[in-house]
Formats: sequence, C-alpha cells, structure tokens
Amino acid sequence: MQRIDESLMKRVLSLRESYEYERYGKADVARALKIQRVDIEGLRALLSPAAGDFLEEMAARSKSEMKRYFGNSIELFTPLYISNFCDSNCVYCGFSSHNKISRLRLKIDEVKTELENIAKSGLKDVLILTGESAKKRDLGYIGEACKEASKLFSNVGVEIYPLNSDEYAYLHECGVDYVIVFQETYSPEKYAQVHIGGQKMSFAYRFNAQERALMGGMRSVGFAALLGLDDFRKDAFATAIHANLIQQKYPHAEIAISCPRLRPAKNKSEVNAGKVDERSLFQAICAYRIFLPFANITISTRESAKFRNGIIKVAASKISAGVSVGVGTHSDTGKKGDEQFEIDDTRGVDEIYTDIRALNLQPVMSNHIYV
Amino acid sequence: MMDINDDFLELGGHKFSSRFILGSGKFSLSLLEAAIKDAKAQIVTLALRRVNEGGSENILDFIPKDITILPNTSGARNADEAVRIAKLARELGCGDFVKVECIKDSRYLLPDNYETIKATEKLANLGFIVMPYMYPDLNVARDLVNAGAACVMPLGAPIGTNKGLTTREFIKILIDEIDLPVIVDAGIGSPSQACEAMQMGCAAVMANTAIATSGDVRAMAKAFALSIEAGRLAYLAGLGEVSEIARASSPLSGFLE
Repeated sequence: MQRIDESLMKRVLSLRESYEYERYGKADVARALKIQRVDIEGLRALLSPAAGDFLEEMAARSKSEMKRYFGNSIELFTPLYISNFCDSNCVYCGFSSHNKISRLRLKIDEVKTELENIAKSGLKDVLILTGESAKKRDLGYIGEACKEASKLFSNVGVEIYPLNSDEYAYLHECGVDYVIVFQETYSPEKYAQVHIGGQKMSFAYRFNAQERALMGGMRSVGFAALLGLDDFRKDAFATAIHANLIQQKYPHAEIAISCPRLRPAKNKSEVNAGKVDERSLFQAICAYRIFLPFANITISTRESAKFRNGIIKVAASKISAGVSVGVGTHSDTGKKGDEQFEIDDTRGVDEIYTDIRALNLQPVMSNHIYV
Repeated sequence: MMDINDDFLELGGHKFSSRFILGSGKFSLSLLEAAIKDAKAQIVTLALRRVNEGGSENILDFIPKDITILPNTSGARNADEAVRIAKLARELGCGDFVKVECIKDSRYLLPDNYETIKATEKLANLGFIVMPYMYPDLNVARDLVNAGAACVMPLGAPIGTNKGLTTREFIKILIDEIDLPVIVDAGIGSPSQACEAMQMGCAAVMANTAIATSGDVRAMAKAFALSIEAGRLAYLAGLGEVSEIARASSPLSGFLE
C-alpha cells in the first residue's frame, strides 16, 4: 500500500472533530447565506440543525449557484457492476465477504455485451464497479473492462477498491478518467467498527485514494460519506472539506460529490436505513452546492424518483439512469449476481430523459472528450 | 452618417455583420435555436465534449446551417489537449474556426495564458482561425498576435459571474495597442455591460450565462443584440469628451462675439 503525506487527512479529521453543530443559530445561518463565497464557518452553519428552518432559502441560493455553473444541464450516467466478489467485511454492505449472496464475475466478453446493451440507450458515461476484491478481480481484468468501455462511451469512471498511484495511471491509460471512492464515514472510530475485515479496514489508505488517483493522472475524483453510518452532519461536513482541500491542492482536479444514504441490502436487516430523513439529505446537498458551487453533485437511485426530480432542479448536476446494482443484469445470460443494495428509483434511461426535459432542464449524455 | 450596414467584423478573412457571439453551453436545446435567432448571432460556440454523436439529441441539429460554428477546446488543460480537440472538431466537420480554451483551474476556470499561446501557435500553423480566450495581459496579447491569432478574447470577469467588465482598464489597453479584433469573453452579465464594451471599442461580445439563466431567454437575447448594436454605433459615432468641469451647451461667453 502506497503511503503519501497525511497532513491533509489530519486537517480534515481535526476540523470534523471540532465541528460542534449545536453551537450554530439562525443568525449564523442567515449570515452564511449572505456571504458571496461561503467559507468553512459558513458551511458549518449550513449543515447545522438551525439551518433546517432555512431550507427554502438554501434551495434558492443553491439553485442560483447551480444555474451559474451548470446552466440547464443535467449529466446522465449509469453504473455497471462487473463483479460482486469482495474480500472486505463491512457490516452494512450487501457485497460483504461474510454475506451469503450469489456471486458473479463477468467474463470480458460478457462485460462487452453489457456495455453494448447500455450504449444502446444513448448513455455516453459509464461507471465501472466491483466489490473490494483485489485478489479475485485483478487490476488487469478491470483495465480490460475499462478499455472495452472507452470504445463505446465518452466518459468512463471506476468505483473500485483504492489503488496506488501507478495503478491509477494504468487505468487512466485504459481509458478511465474519473475515480469515485466513498469514505463511508470520516470517523476513524466508527470506520473501524463497521469495516471489520479485508483491505477496506485501512482508513488512511482509503482516505488518500483521490489524491493518489490525481497523482496517477485522473481528471476527476469523487467523494462521499455514506450518510447515516455515523453522525451525518459531521460526515457531510468532512466530505465537503475533503473535496475542497483536494481541489485547492490540485487546482486542475474536477471535483464530484455523491450523496448516498444507507439502503437496505440482502441479509442485512439490522441496517437502519432511515436514520437520515429526506429533509436532512436535502439540506446537506444544498450545503454542498453552496460551499462548492463548481463541483459535480451526483444523486443516485438510492433515492426516490420524486426526490431526484426535485433535487436536480436545485442542486444535483448529475443523475444515474437505467440503474441496476446487480451483476449481469444488462443482458440475458441467465447468470446474475445479487445486488449491493436495494434501489428506489427504477426508471429507465428514456423515462428519466423525458422527465428531465419536462422539468425544463437539458439532459446531457456527453460531457467529456478523450484527448 | 455612418451606416452600420457597412460595418463588418472580420475574422480570418470572413465577414460577419453581427458582433454578438453566442455561447451554447448552458441552454436547453429547445431554446437554443430561438435564442440564436433573437440574438441575430452569426457565430455560436460549441463545446466539442457536448456533441452527442449518435445520441437522442445532437446539439449540432439545433444550430441553423447558416451559422458559423465556433468549436471550443473546453476540457483542455494544456496546449497539446487543445490542439487534439481542435483537430477532432475539424474532423467532425465543424470548420476551421476554433476558440482556444486552456484551463487548469476547475474552480475559477481562469485561462492559462502560457498554454494558450502555445496552442494558438500550433493551431494557426495548422490553418485554423484561432480565437484565444485569455486573461487580459498586453504582453500575452502581443504574443498571441505573433502566434497567428485571428483576434484576442480577454475575459471581462470570471466565467459565469455576470459581473461585467471588471477587467475594463486592461481590456482598454488591449484595444489601444493590439491590431486585432478584441472580443470580450466571459463575465458579461447584462446588455448595458455589453453596450459599454462595444462603446469602448471591443470588436464583439460573447455571452452565454447572462442569457441562458435569464427569466426570458428570447427577450434577453434580443436585448443583447440591440445593446451590442447600439454600443457599436456609439463607438463609430465617437463618444463625446468627458470633462471634469461644466461646459454649457449655450456658451456663457457667447454674447461677446
């Protein structure tokens, strides 16, 4: 495991630790909403419980920032799970190594078929996903899958286990341009409690993945906390700070933030997926948009169609469509791997496309060009 | 009296009667065609990365055929990437015009002047009509002239801010010193700001956000078209001198004659 300078991580963790959101009142929120360029103190206020009374004002500010940076555009993409084998044991995840589910790793020709089927929908942005299994899903395999993806799609991303910078460079050569790594929680203590086996146990190695990806030549990196796993206000705060500091350190980096909430998964009935309500999620996403107006914000099918239609009018600039989180589900091979979690919004690409148009927004399939 | 119908913007040997360059990046496609018409624009920028080959909607289908497409190199972080994007644009049939954007700051989207000069030189040598987006710096503008640029496109303010001519003094210097069209690009947020740029002597104005994010896209496109024409006419007419002391229209000493 490649180690890099950890000062940025220490700063994020220190800021998270010192964030006492109960200290912030309505005056702090009102002040934050008036600042032209919201600073860390403003972000603290916007993520505080007091800001819950300012959702309309936050939405208006957020919408204005989004218009300024993204106009009417909403980017579309879809995830493609090519394997659900996993070496890590994470208590909340359907892919967890100790969870008894149907496992499948697609062969490269099967990956190709899945990609071809997705491409027929008109999508030009695909995110390749695997479980966290470096042993069974070697990098060469993922690289081959990405090479196939880059033949059909103008933008290819990966959401896989963290890599060293030279490994990211290899994937970049294979056509990958963006990397998403969810930190899940920015609390090292909670992180240790819920990641109890496998490579994913290393908090620091995961934390520094985006930086290693940029060192490996990637253009864009994505951040997220799994909201509800720990204190969501502190985790949302740390996510935004992490993204902000990375962008400041690497000015060319395009920053993206995802906003996942815990979802039910097969054999994971103990997972409490309802900890963060929709109002709180809405507040967090608006705070992300106001603090980082230039960042891409992705809203996934973990949320309902109604929520997703609402948030793309206000803050989220990228939306998944035609989603399946199982393996082998985009083709009729007869073989299927179980899903990572249950999705909520099951709309197909055409339906989402039409709905975006009905909202007077412009669905954008292609927002990248390989050079 | 000056006839504005005889007044043309010349770029790389091509003549345009409109001095309004419309950006297409932030529109809904259904509104783009109407906005082009109301803006009376003859040049429309196009981010090649947005061209959706074979998709359900292609932006190229929403730009009338008599419009000159100005592909930009949006997404390029350096000269090499800009050159590759420009070549791709030409292969896709977007013509020989190219707006060079070399940006390696994803927060403020400020142009990298150094890489822009390099890209301009390479593209001009390849026969492109190069329109470089730049931070208004006289030395850079001179280098761009020497590199073969068809114009210079200084920013009025950071992209998308609608803050107007915050770089006014530096753009004025370029207008005074550079023997190429100076086209103010980025930051223009209102028709009055566009008019001011034209009155100063800018050869054209480019705008996108101000129109795409307005309440009535078509009306704002028209307002910009009118203001740019008014500003140009005022510039050609020659603005009256600004004086610190009052000068009566009927001279107070007139009775002495």
